Amino acid sequence: MSHLIEARGLTKRFGDFTAVDGIDFTVEPGESFGFLGPNGAGKTSTMRMIGAVSPITAGSLTVLGLDPMKQGPQLRSRLGVVPQEDNLDPDLTIDDNLMMYGRYFDLPRSALRGRIDELLDFLQLTEKRKERVDSLSGGMKRRLTIARGLINEPDLLILDEPTTGLDPQARHILWDRLYRLKQQGVTLIITTHYMDEAEQLCDRLVVMDKAKIVAEGSPVSLISEHAPREVVEVRFRPGVLDGIADVIETLAPRTEILADRALLYTDDAEKTVAGIGAAGLEPETILARRSSLEDVFLRLTGRTLVE
Amino acid sequence: MTTPLSLRVFESEARLYRNIWRSSIASSFLNPILYLAAMGVGLGSLVDTNLPGGIDGVSYLTFLAPGLLVATAMQTGAAEGAWKVMAGLKWTKTYHAKLSTPIGVPSLVFGHMLWSGARVLMVSIVFAMVMVAFRVAPVSESLVALGPAFLVGLAMAAATTAFTARVQDPAALPLYFRFVVIPMFLFSGTFFPISQLPDWLQPVALLTPMYHGVEMSRAVVVGVSPAVAPWISITYLLAWIAAGTLLAIRPFRKRLTP
Repeated sequence: MSHLIEARGLTKRFGDFTAVDGIDFTVEPGESFGFLGPNGAGKTSTMRMIGAVSPITAGSLTVLGLDPMKQGPQLRSRLGVVPQEDNLDPDLTIDDNLMMYGRYFDLPRSALRGRIDELLDFLQLTEKRKERVDSLSGGMKRRLTIARGLINEPDLLILDEPTTGLDPQARHILWDRLYRLKQQGVTLIITTHYMDEAEQLCDRLVVMDKAKIVAEGSPVSLISEHAPREVVEVRFRPGVLDGIADVIETLAPRTEILADRALLYTDDAEKTVAGIGAAGLEPETILARRSSLEDVFLRLTGRTLVE
Repeated sequence: MTTPLSLRVFESEARLYRNIWRSSIASSFLNPILYLAAMGVGLGSLVDTNLPGGIDGVSYLTFLAPGLLVATAMQTGAAEGAWKVMAGLKWTKTYHAKLSTPIGVPSLVFGHMLWSGARVLMVSIVFAMVMVAFRVAPVSESLVALGPAFLVGLAMAAATTAFTARVQDPAALPLYFRFVVIPMFLFSGTFFPISQLPDWLQPVALLTPMYHGVEMSRAVVVGVSPAVAPWISITYLLAWIAAGTLLAIRPFRKRLTP
């Protein structure tokens, strides 16, 4: 027993549909581990199996040394779960929501009172504690859901797309709080399709696509492994690009031609930009930047829109 | 000493109820008062004038009250099994939240049934108090008449929960009330003996859980012997409770822990 989570050939099927197709991964104590992938990649199904609310179809899974299939209640008592969709009780106040949830874990009321004070303070909700949940903003509801997930001082906090649908201010507050939790040694598992979120929060992550893991590593190592150091983005007037695509392809080791835009992946942006001028091309705009996780993500999971 | 999981579910329902208990209890009083005044006393005087011997030898008010007691319990059970369950599964998804804690599906269903039983008991006790106030029956008889009402309420809560857990579209619930609950309320012996029903409809009434409760409660209040032996009726109602509860577990699992 050393891994906090160990999955081998983990598979989830719903009838004929395979949501998770034999994935392997391990998560270590104190780590902040991410599942990055487009919608429908199998992230949430994986989270639900880890959270012992969805039976596994095949393979093996141990979480905190326990078997989610056989020791579900015991395991869930040590997990904190922040689901994708808020499922707070809208008719109750913030205080009552936390008290009610804490009681599901059979925590004594007196202990809960102190714990709730701490959590509300930590998530900056103290002023609103007597308000009903249906009057809160999206960002506050999310923070409350995180507070709720922490009520039992979990050994592992599972966050399924924690900042989807929030405005930038709310996202940054949330990141800040999650980062502090990480500093305190709480193990986090985060699913997201935001690259900046993964870069901010994850020590290590896997990229999932079509039910499989397609890459694994730290954000930095993924970028260096799957994308050259820099990217030059050039934009042309509509229609121009078709005629010059073959020229562009000679300007960098790897290129990608989009509708009116071309991406040139290179180790030396300056030289590539000079090459564009030398080839006599006249793009509308040229942007040279560092490669990001987004380039890795699009490279690995493709550009086709996932519905 | 740990609290059983289903009791933790019960406690959470009680916490929710704390917000609305005043209006809820007030309407539990108002409802039987209005019904007994209008149907029992008002309409009853007309019935009694035309039936000098009364129904089963008693006034219409006395005939009606135990039937309405059971009918109220029946409707309360149905409401708990319909709206509460649809909210937990679909609207607020609070059942999903509960399942991220040590609580599992069977404890969730049992806890829900415990709470439904508590609600049925509350409205039945209030109804019995109103019955005493209307001088339909003394306290002791009213309390005994509660028993069958309680069983009918639980039977309907269980059956309705199993039904609600199987429907995806909430629009099915108003239809369920219109075509199942209201007809049961009207035609299971509450307002008139089922012998007044057309021959082909009588066996249907006989199969409803409500009919068995009405017969037993009325037997206590009116002092006649029920048409069906009480042990058969009680067994029948217990079977409804058990079957409904068990039949709810599978669709709950399918929806909450797929």
